Amino acid sequence: MTTAVNPSKNDSLTTNPEQCLRMHRSMLRIRHFEYQVNDLYTRALMPGLAHLYIGEEAVAVGVCEALRSDDYITSTHRGHGHCLAKGAKIDRMFAELLGKEAGYCKGKGGSMHIADPDTGNLGANAIVGGSAGIATGAAFAAKRLGNGRVTVCFFGEGALGQGVLYEVMNMAALWKLPIVYLCENNMYNEYTHYSETTAGDILTRAKGFGVHPESVDGQDVRAVYGAAHALVERARKGDGPAFLLANTYRYTGHHVGDVSRDYYRSKQEEQTWKTERDPIRLMADWMIAQKLADRARLDQMEAEVKSEVEQAVQFAVAAPYPSADKVEQDVYA
Amino acid sequence: MPEVAVAVRELTLGEAVREAIAEELRRDPRVTLLGEDVAEAGTAFKVLSGLVKEFGPERVLDTPISEAGFTGIGVGAAMAGMRPIVDIMFGDFVGLIMDQMMNQAAKVHYMSGGKWKVPMVLRTTLGATRRSAAQHSQSLHAWFCHIPGLKVVLPSTPYDAKGLLKSAVRDDNPVIFYEDKMMYKLKGPVPEEDYTIPLGVADVKREGEDLTIVATSSMVQVALGAAKLLEEYDISAEVVDPRTLWPLDEQTLVGSAKKTSRVMVVDEGYERYGVTAEIAALIQERAFFDLEGPVKRMGAMHVPIPFSPPLEDATVPTEQSVFEAARVLCGK
Repeated sequence: MTTAVNPSKNDSLTTNPEQCLRMHRSMLRIRHFEYQVNDLYTRALMPGLAHLYIGEEAVAVGVCEALRSDDYITSTHRGHGHCLAKGAKIDRMFAELLGKEAGYCKGKGGSMHIADPDTGNLGANAIVGGSAGIATGAAFAAKRLGNGRVTVCFFGEGALGQGVLYEVMNMAALWKLPIVYLCENNMYNEYTHYSETTAGDILTRAKGFGVHPESVDGQDVRAVYGAAHALVERARKGDGPAFLLANTYRYTGHHVGDVSRDYYRSKQEEQTWKTERDPIRLMADWMIAQKLADRARLDQMEAEVKSEVEQAVQFAVAAPYPSADKVEQDVYA
Repeated sequence: MPEVAVAVRELTLGEAVREAIAEELRRDPRVTLLGEDVAEAGTAFKVLSGLVKEFGPERVLDTPISEAGFTGIGVGAAMAGMRPIVDIMFGDFVGLIMDQMMNQAAKVHYMSGGKWKVPMVLRTTLGATRRSAAQHSQSLHAWFCHIPGLKVVLPSTPYDAKGLLKSAVRDDNPVIFYEDKMMYKLKGPVPEEDYTIPLGVADVKREGEDLTIVATSSMVQVALGAAKLLEEYDISAEVVDPRTLWPLDEQTLVGSAKKTSRVMVVDEGYERYGVTAEIAALIQERAFFDLEGPVKRMGAMHVPIPFSPPLEDATVPTEQSVFEAARVLCGK
């Protein structure tokens, strides 16, 4: 059943208006991006499938707000939010999703493989837990090269079933690597509730390796930012790896085609999260209550984001495909 | 073999590997060794003995027994600016690291549209007849050859080992470097100076007229021994070592096939669906009308490598079996 966490009451969280508005805009951008992805899928304009991040926006945004632009992230098959929050441009994201030459990977990666050195994005990964090694290796390199960069390894609770995660957490702790393992528990391993796949206590697993464990309400962007900021700076200072469990919820299906979900969860459960725990609504209500913004300003922001996203879609739809002679390019460096 | 300076000293293949790594560690601070017992122990085969003394435990780093984990760390470290050399003690253990190599390392450059690179070397071993049984004796290099994005190197002499390994370290792609664990004590001339051998260039180890034996790694010495025996039957065998299976020097292989018109391919990996099949197919596609007959393949038998010595010895090609097959091929 739903394990909704109460909105954070922590007064030490950011009240910086500029930062709050920036995070809010970033969450709106992800949500409207994903609405468009779903639309492109249903209109048969997008090849293949995509895994939407709707409902989980506060996690990517809060975490990436705590990162420097040259810090590293690795992402997952449900990665659009991470890439956007880390600074990816919307038009080139859409172009990649449509397999166009102008995409981040020249159309060779697609939805599950967005990568971009300019924003420190080592790549989304379509193997569950597949980026745990890469992320830990990037942290290893950052420590050896002394460049002060921190890596955040995003993964879902499904990756808790992959052994390689524990192998690299062990080494990260042994070698005090600057990395934060960011577990997004959206409660479903594809079509299976995580309670059916996950024994014991999640944080105890990290603790057992000497990886500093914490959890946070993943629907509260300020709380996520606060927790991530502390752990990222702790890692940057040389105090070693941390594990942040962000409790969140996937509003839609495992992928865009997963529309009949009754066999694994109830409509009621989905509705409860959407109405009571929506990260964008929670942030908007809080900002209005704090008089950091009024409804009109937030509506205007949303209209701007919508228009920005729609223009990016138009760009991507109109953009050319790569020519077939590019197929063998980039196999080797 | 390329010309080398006169009176060069001799090193074993193991020493040549160590020298190549030491020189690369000295040359480039980004180079780092990672693996089980690579530091004080110098690996199970003692190939890296002494390196930790010169370069310290930061650059010659013992890992836990977590092959998938530290191979993945190698991939990420390579992407983020280092040039890791990852050591997988026995080639049989590559089963543990396959996702890191075939789904991650091999695909990063392509999937990112050429933006991220993985300049890493994975060193591992092949070769049977060490009485190590089924999980420590396999030659599985064909697995990596099957995956686009990887390069696969198999030196057969100390000279080649040093030059090829240095090229592998300097390559911007993931390179798997296979050492035959039975050949670590093989001696040969190795220049002291810095030299590299480009990946993708075969080497004619012995020139001949009647028959081409394409042989890899451990099988090169076997083929050279067989070629010597064939002299008595007036058969002049050419022995060609591709040295790298990908990139593959197709031109030299096909050229030799056209010259001699009879070809056999000898490799210690499994014969079925293996390296010998690929090279035989290539030669038949490109030199069919110059051939006297079908290309003969010789590889490991399709059995798990057994422990008992007479059984194990029966599984892989030998000087004698190559010699006999060559005579049949030449009708003598």
